[in-house]
Amino acid sequence: MQIRPILSALKKHRVATVLIVMEIALACAVLCNACFMIADRLSAMQIKSGVDEASLGFIALQGYDPKNSNDLDARVIAGLGAISGVESVHVINSVPFGMQAANVGITLDQAGKEFRGVPEIYLGSPGTPQALGLQLVAGHMPANEDYQPVQGYFPPSSNVLITRTLAKHLWPGESPLGKEFWSDKYQFRVIGVVAHLSVQQYDEEGERGAQWTVFVPALPGPNFSGTYLIRAKPEDLDRVMVEAKAAIATIAPDAVLDREDSTTVPVLRTRFFAADSAMAGMLVGVIAALLGVTALGIVGLASFWVAQRRRQIGIRRAIGATRGDILRYFQTENFLIVSFGIALGMLLAYVINAVLMKFYELPHLPLYYLPFGALALWGLGQLAVLGPALRASHVPPVVATRSV
Amino acid sequence: MFTYYFDLALRSLKRNKVLTALMVLAIAVGIGASMTTLTVMHVLSGDPLPGTSSRIFYAQVDNDPMPGDRHVEPPDMMDYQSAMDLWNAKRADRQALVVNPFPEKVSAPDVSRPPLMVQMLSTTSDFFPMFGVPLEYGSGWTPDDDRKRARVVVISSDLNDKLFDGGNSVGRTLVLNKHAVRIVGVLKPWRPSPPFYDVRGGRYANGDTASFYGKPEGLFLPISASLEMNDGDFQQFNCWSMPPKPGHLVNAPCNWMGLWVQLDSPAKVAAYRGFLAHYAREQKGLGRIQFTETRLRDLMQWLAFNRVVPRDVKLKMWLAFAFLAICLFNTVGLLLAKFLRRGGEIGVRRALGASRRAVFAQCLTEAGLIGFIGGFFGWLLALLGLWLVRHQQAPYSDLVHLDLSMFAVTFVLAIAVSLLAGAMPALRASQISPALQLKTL
Repeated sequence: MQIRPILSALKKHRVATVLIVMEIALACAVLCNACFMIADRLSAMQIKSGVDEASLGFIALQGYDPKNSNDLDARVIAGLGAISGVESVHVINSVPFGMQAANVGITLDQAGKEFRGVPEIYLGSPGTPQALGLQLVAGHMPANEDYQPVQGYFPPSSNVLITRTLAKHLWPGESPLGKEFWSDKYQFRVIGVVAHLSVQQYDEEGERGAQWTVFVPALPGPNFSGTYLIRAKPEDLDRVMVEAKAAIATIAPDAVLDREDSTTVPVLRTRFFAADSAMAGMLVGVIAALLGVTALGIVGLASFWVAQRRRQIGIRRAIGATRGDILRYFQTENFLIVSFGIALGMLLAYVINAVLMKFYELPHLPLYYLPFGALALWGLGQLAVLGPALRASHVPPVVATRSV
Repeated sequence: MFTYYFDLALRSLKRNKVLTALMVLAIAVGIGASMTTLTVMHVLSGDPLPGTSSRIFYAQVDNDPMPGDRHVEPPDMMDYQSAMDLWNAKRADRQALVVNPFPEKVSAPDVSRPPLMVQMLSTTSDFFPMFGVPLEYGSGWTPDDDRKRARVVVISSDLNDKLFDGGNSVGRTLVLNKHAVRIVGVLKPWRPSPPFYDVRGGRYANGDTASFYGKPEGLFLPISASLEMNDGDFQQFNCWSMPPKPGHLVNAPCNWMGLWVQLDSPAKVAAYRGFLAHYAREQKGLGRIQFTETRLRDLMQWLAFNRVVPRDVKLKMWLAFAFLAICLFNTVGLLLAKFLRRGGEIGVRRALGASRRAVFAQCLTEAGLIGFIGGFFGWLLALLGLWLVRHQQAPYSDLVHLDLSMFAVTFVLAIAVSLLAGAMPALRASQISPALQLKTL
């Protein structure tokens, strides 16, 4: 197939060609960036919480007198534990995707000079790491004597679990076991490392800080009470949570149930990522509509061209061009136009990405999105032009002899 | 003449229904998508205090003594000492402190309803006149109440509905935790977008700022009384070392109070800036603070600094407009095809004496008509889009409505876009020379 005659024919339709090129370019740029944003959201949603989500629920009580906290905890643990299907109930300050309970800046020295970031802190009563289903990768789980009363925010000096990610961040290349870090007057010593434990709410550090967490073993008391982890078999969990919420009214009439936060971890997770999944869904819709409109545009203009060139096609057929030649002519023409559009579109995709990076804190568009975008548009172009091109190939040679 | 062109346009649209439908569809989808996102943007980026926002300012002082590179901007809130010093100086026309305690348990002793957890705002008497807060019953409290630590409260209409079925509850008593407080005022339904007086920390939110658009608090009470009743329940914005007791922030090394001031003339604004700078230098001289950066932003600047419009909303808007642009290119192409296909007809009209302008005007009329019809369907799509937004779980969902101005914008945009799309094809069509076309017939 000769390309030069096609190019010189296109010069006659400069405006229409430019229009399709622009449409393809814009579609290519939006397509690449939208796909990238979808991937970005989906990868954020894949965050590993490190806990047995399907087995866990959270109950938060408010409005009780802190002086009665020990009594309240005892009543709630006994009361909720009696519900059939409940495997265990523990006092915990929050769960992944639950309310943000504590985040503090930490330093590697007591004087507070070597600042190392702001991890989130989980406080949990005896048995909590096991109930959460944390996976130990080094060291050991807290023993009974590691659980100490909270004074102020934390126990004054505690033996803690940290995540692998945080360990690597604090002491790259070294074993974290036995190492210490500080937050003001509070001292923390690492006794174990867990594979994953995600933060409760992440934003500031983004995905990098999503695993910066510390598990502090603690005994319930006035500064640590009223929030509970319920563990049940996955198939029982929904029913257990409904019964638990109903039971609170009789178990703890002095407290008010926080309905918003008291639910299963899977529900909390879904809610946490609701905006992201809505955004991803919208982007998919935009992409579909975009491709549809672009295809319609190509069909419209290609049909117009075919109609305009009926006589020309008839002449070519009369002097020996086969149907296949005509078909390939329009397909090649479309391929060339779409290629121009893609070339321009890639440039535009990078410009748009640069703007998004600047104003919307989006990461860099990886290069491998571009060939995929190009393939998609080439395919779309060929599909869209197929109908008009087939119609063109069916123009009989006898048209050449007619005046119109 | 226009009615004739209009008639011609209608005929032409009917002649090739598929092509017409494609063009109307392209414009409708583009307009529907962009108007949905534009309306959300319009609702979220509007001025929450039209008329007075340029006289309302948020004061910041850098009281954080920690060394480091974070002193480019003062923290978003102040510690007790700084906030009280500035407030007591009374250098502004009006001034209000704002503090957020944790939600409190609220019950009405003479109403048999289970207690509720309600979010409250501790503030000062000027809050109500300064922010034009509408009251249904009663009034805000007086400066005297601030001084005397009066146990008084203003409640939202929402809470009033829940506890007292919307009746006049002024003079009745509420129990907050264990403290009895007297209701002095009940708000009318009040839904500022956003509740601007609570906006802070936007620079740390990574663009995820939908939470700024939540509902206002249910309870408003004097800071002076709140300091007694809610001690142990205050939320810090940030601390540079651990407060001795969680939630007790009065003398803690923490930032947790915001100060709003009203300054009615540029001279007063300049004077207040000077006063803030002077205060910072004086405190540095006393050794209480180490850095002297201060800021005084007006309301809209403060909202912009906090990037209140969520990242997702802006992104969606740009996406929708990119989409509209693609629809536009598409329509240009289709119109071009349509007009040029009628080359013969146009040639005849030109040969019979129609001027180029007449042909141009007629083609544009047709484009405008397509835009109008597209706009109508676009409006329906925008209504559908906004209905979908309202059924999302976003904190701003209840705010999103198509007001009259956005309704007008829909049609103006649709017709403008289609005229823009039609201009080039119409120009092409009007340049068809009569003779050439007649020859081929």
